[in-house]
Amino acid sequence: MNVPALEVRDLKITYPARRGRGPARAVDGVNLRVEQGEIVALIGESGCGKSTLARALVGLVKPTSGQVLYQGTPLNYSAKALKKYRRHTQLVLQDPGGALNPRQNVFDAVAEGPRLHGLTDRLNETVRTSLTRAGLRPPEEFTARFPHEMSGGQQQRVVIAGALALDPSVIVADEPVASLDASVRGEILKLILSLRDDLGLSALVVSHDLGLAWNIADRVAVMYLGRIVEMGTVEEVLLRPRHPYTRALLSVLPDSAKDWRPTLLAGEPPDPTAIPSGCRFHPRCGNWAALSGPDREAAGCDRRDLPILSGDPSALTLTACHLVPGEHV
Amino acid sequence: MSSTAATGTVTGRETSSRPVSGRFELLTYLGSKLAAAVVSFFVTLVIGFTIFSLMPSDPVRTLTRGRPTSEAQLAHLRLQLGLDKPIWERFLSFVNDTLHFRLGYSWQFQQSVSSLVADRLWPTLLLMGTAMILSVTLGLWLGVRSGWRQGSLFDRIASSTSLTLWSVPTFWLGMILLVVFSVGIGPIPSLFPAGGMSDPALPQSGFGHYVDVARHLVLPCLTMVLVVFAQYVTIMRSSIIDELGSPYLLTARAKGLTDADVRRKHATPNALLPSVTMIFMQLGTLVSGAITVEAVYSWPGLGYLTYQALQIPDLPLLQGTFVVFSASVIIMNFLADVVYRYLDPRVRAQ
Repeated sequence: MNVPALEVRDLKITYPARRGRGPARAVDGVNLRVEQGEIVALIGESGCGKSTLARALVGLVKPTSGQVLYQGTPLNYSAKALKKYRRHTQLVLQDPGGALNPRQNVFDAVAEGPRLHGLTDRLNETVRTSLTRAGLRPPEEFTARFPHEMSGGQQQRVVIAGALALDPSVIVADEPVASLDASVRGEILKLILSLRDDLGLSALVVSHDLGLAWNIADRVAVMYLGRIVEMGTVEEVLLRPRHPYTRALLSVLPDSAKDWRPTLLAGEPPDPTAIPSGCRFHPRCGNWAALSGPDREAAGCDRRDLPILSGDPSALTLTACHLVPGEHV
Repeated sequence: MSSTAATGTVTGRETSSRPVSGRFELLTYLGSKLAAAVVSFFVTLVIGFTIFSLMPSDPVRTLTRGRPTSEAQLAHLRLQLGLDKPIWERFLSFVNDTLHFRLGYSWQFQQSVSSLVADRLWPTLLLMGTAMILSVTLGLWLGVRSGWRQGSLFDRIASSTSLTLWSVPTFWLGMILLVVFSVGIGPIPSLFPAGGMSDPALPQSGFGHYVDVARHLVLPCLTMVLVVFAQYVTIMRSSIIDELGSPYLLTARAKGLTDADVRRKHATPNALLPSVTMIFMQLGTLVSGAITVEAVYSWPGLGYLTYQALQIPDLPLLQGTFVVFSASVIIMNFLADVVYRYLDPRVRAQ
């Protein structure tokens, strides 16, 4: 069996309590695998813990419990080991304007990683190649520019080039196109796809946008309040969603299947400092609300905890819901 | 690379003519800033002249106070000082003289104001320069450290100490330090001289003289540093805190930079701009010195000179120092604008 490029096992990240609120369980038990050369989309609304999970994957946040494994080896959080790990897994952030130091020109921004890791033998060539791979051609046109002299799409390409300069095998992209114009989004997504095809990169793309998942991902994981509630192949999850949360997200897309009525999520927005008992989605769940009497009692969504999804990539689909028959493991 | 070709290539041809327009931009920028500086200077000349002409005390009466003088002598003195001429004529000759570095003649010292200012410039630059270098170094260092670990014990101690010292009146702190370290209290012996810049009993040249001046410098310089370093702490701390959430710091960390390197190489240079503005504003006031500190320690600088001029009041001297102080502020602000362009690439684009 193949060793996954990146894997998390039973990952939990809790931020300490502050200002009279309980501790925030940003990530509360997640199993997830990114296979070699695979693109996984992690979907969820803001505050569900998807960015925290992304940061944990690149080793920027130390998990409270559980493990992050790179090619089968658990991350070592010593400074030296982490620095070595940075070469393999790179982060691309949402706002490309902010992700670039305004005082650094393109050359310095891209060269920073290689310089830091002592890869300076052919620095010029590394920078040129990275810029070319990121679609900035000819690279000479860009090396002397500052971030404010470029468009958002160009800035994001520079961020990606900076990541590529370290020759990583995994890219974790946190909302890579959310702050870009619609016309540029497609280009950046195509770029990520082509990097996978040409360089064999694996990628985890974090987004709140299911359409993005459809465009680039092989597999999709839907996250709600610190847990993954549904995951599987793109076709299974997006065409035959099982979890009521996924269905609600999909039902409001303009081109969703005709027989679905748009489901608007009501109730409190999720709060990681006050996670509901039982199924954490039950206060906003339409299926649960529709039940009454003994059915409701039997389902017990508000009492019975759900197991954590195994994250097995060979399963077509996994769903964490009491009301949906299927694998809960 | 067939599929990358499909992603479309982004070229930068539209702005390839940048270097030429850049040079023109630089000249326009410098020209406009220089013009603004000239206008400010002229306005300060008008204000300076007006203030000193409107002073209620009659300079001739002040000069002759306590001495028997006849009306004829007073009239002669008026003629000598040019006070008989109409005000606009006096203004024009004031502007003309200033532009030729003739700043008038001090009534009190019977010496030209230009030579007085030249004599007193060096002690002030020595005191203020030393104090400035120390307070900027100390303030920025503390500010960066405090902001980076906002709310930590280090931050709380550094912030509260500097703010307390900032709110202390300069003359009071000066006198306390004078009592403690110059007069000596209890077990503390008299460590430093009480005033002046050197001991007249010692030779006024050679290595011994430098040591003597340095000993005289300690207390006024310390007072100055303690009172002003807080502003650098405050401004640097808040600029660093502004940068803390910036995604580019996260990018740098993800590339493998250590926390200290992220702070030194990314956060601090970006957070430095407001402090640079502040430093240049302070540089402008450098020559005006700290009137209070120089007066407390009888430090023979421009501040003390102004203090002496105020007691008479010695109008030509006050007017002269006013012009010199304003000019130095204006020149430093102009330099700040120039340096800013090199520090912040974004200013270049505007």
